[in-house]
Amino acid sequence: MSLMNKTVRSLLLGSAAFLAVPAAMAADISGAGATFPYPIYSKWAAAYKDKTGTGLNYQSIGSGGGIKQIKAKTVTFGASDKPLEQKELDESGLTQFPAIVGGVVPVINLKGVQPGELTLDGATLADIFLGKIKSWNDPAIAKLNPKAKLPSTLIAVVHRSDGSGTSFLFTNYLSQNSAEWKDKVGAATAVEWPAGIGAKGNEGVAGIATQTDGAIGYVEYAYAKQNKMTYTKMINHDGKTVEPKSETFAAAAANADWAGAPAFYVILTNQPGAESWPITGASFIIVYKKPDDAAALGEVLKFYDWAFKNGQKDADALDYVPLPAKVVDLVEASWKASIQASWK
Amino acid sequence: MNSNAQVASYTATSAEISPSALRRHGMWDAVLRNATRSAAITVLLLLGGVIVSLIHDSVLTFKTFGFGYLTSESWNPVTEKFGALAPIYGTLVTSFIAMLIGIPISLGVAIFITELCPRWLQRPISTAIELLAGIPSIIYGIWGLFVLAPFLQKYIQPLLIGAFADVPLLNQLFAGPPYGIGIFTAGIILSIMVLPYITSVTRDVFETVPAVLKESAYGLGCTTWEVVRHVVLPYTKTGVIGGIMLGLGRALGETMAVTFVIGNSHRISPSILAPGTSISANIANEFTEADGALYTSSLIAQGLILFVITFTVLAAARLLLLRLESQAGKRA
Repeated sequence: MSLMNKTVRSLLLGSAAFLAVPAAMAADISGAGATFPYPIYSKWAAAYKDKTGTGLNYQSIGSGGGIKQIKAKTVTFGASDKPLEQKELDESGLTQFPAIVGGVVPVINLKGVQPGELTLDGATLADIFLGKIKSWNDPAIAKLNPKAKLPSTLIAVVHRSDGSGTSFLFTNYLSQNSAEWKDKVGAATAVEWPAGIGAKGNEGVAGIATQTDGAIGYVEYAYAKQNKMTYTKMINHDGKTVEPKSETFAAAAANADWAGAPAFYVILTNQPGAESWPITGASFIIVYKKPDDAAALGEVLKFYDWAFKNGQKDADALDYVPLPAKVVDLVEASWKASIQASWK
Repeated sequence: MNSNAQVASYTATSAEISPSALRRHGMWDAVLRNATRSAAITVLLLLGGVIVSLIHDSVLTFKTFGFGYLTSESWNPVTEKFGALAPIYGTLVTSFIAMLIGIPISLGVAIFITELCPRWLQRPISTAIELLAGIPSIIYGIWGLFVLAPFLQKYIQPLLIGAFADVPLLNQLFAGPPYGIGIFTAGIILSIMVLPYITSVTRDVFETVPAVLKESAYGLGCTTWEVVRHVVLPYTKTGVIGGIMLGLGRALGETMAVTFVIGNSHRISPSILAPGTSISANIANEFTEADGALYTSSLIAQGLILFVITFTVLAAARLLLLRLESQAGKRA
């Protein structure tokens, strides 16, 4: 009898100790949303956990899913590549801030053309994706590239078939540069594409673009760089030709009017500045102003505060662009002003 | 205590059945009956739950677009104008192509294995077919995108386009440009995926044909083809149709592999080489980023439509089988 009692007691104690471990880890931050920033968030999370012991459980289920999850209060923060409008935020008592910047680049597959050899502008790109420019030696492309030898190859347009923040930035940029695109197609994470074939994910677009002669598509910058794809240069808002790289994405982020935008509703496409890459975008974090669990939200803000100050190297390594310092100051000022959670 | 009782009951049954053992047997029967019954009811409840939630969530779509949802080709998330015609068309056409290619090959393989194949080759072929069924669909998708599509684009599609260029109607069906991916490629991938299902079912039913029937036919001087046509197939038609329906069910609902190779474009083109979309591919592509109630509802409504299509196909197969059986009875 006494032996059995002992066993039971030790079992109970053991399980109590076991239960105590998750209780100590319950301070883990939980978030869900955009897939685009997932690699950098998970890298930051690993470094942050080593330092503070607080982990991040981030589910990259897509921006739409992230918005739904935060509204259902199943996570402490949601993440979206497309900022919410002030009205939608106010309806649910939410607020948002940008966390990381990245770029979208057009990629092509044309025999004999090296990365960065061709230059395009917004109007031409829109006409290509509208199906109006059908071959590579079209006068509109030739005018932008007087030196290039352009073949008569037919253009095969490739776009994302899954809803994605990348498509949102790209279509948003085209809408700003072509009235016809804006009227006929518009800007969203998924649109009614007037031409071409849809491929699933960056890897699908890259796969079809590299297999098809004459193809043009668009992928996230990191993806184009790591796979050594043939990207094009773009003519930006100021009429200057720019190459896609960290510096030009950072320039677009720095030149945007963050202070004047309510709820940081800034889409970084077509920003002014001689150095600005025109198809740049920020990924946003969405949180409650008056959270049910202020301590948990405090941990989220602490995490991003740490990442803004210590995460540059990791971001560079993964070809993301950290927020410019003055934008970080604005973001943290907005936390102080509107979020009821302590993070210092 | 318990084990003692069991031993006692066993010794009792060996001699005579005691009333307590009888009661226990009755109790076990009742337990088994209820357990299996609740398992069966669980399936019905799950199915009912799926139907109810599909209908509940797609009400908004049908309220907004009415019957036009089924006949409109437009799919515009920006203006929230949705129509399901292109995905329905893509689902049906890719499945049709898959059946067109898959059924003859599957039946051929099954006939070869059961009637003509040397014994030592039977096992390797059967195993190979079963392995095909075990390959995850994402692998078919990636293989289709990186291996099959470039091959079709380079060799097969230009050939088809060229061969039918001067034939009216067919030149519409096989019109270029050769993208490599599209409805046709999706159909081919699906035909490979349904092959193991149809083959293994038909092989199994072919093996149930009594040897004496076949041997009598051979004895009368029938060729192998005549034996298959007049003895094996009539004897096994229920099973063969069942196998085909199993394959068709798989083709209609297949998602991942199709998404990779169908081209995902919401347009209906007369050419089967052009990109299209299917119901399951469309849902898989857009569900994650679908914001707004109407967008989500329109995707769920497509799920409901796929459910109805699958149900109709299965019901039609049942009716066909019933007709066949009653006719067979009349002739006898």
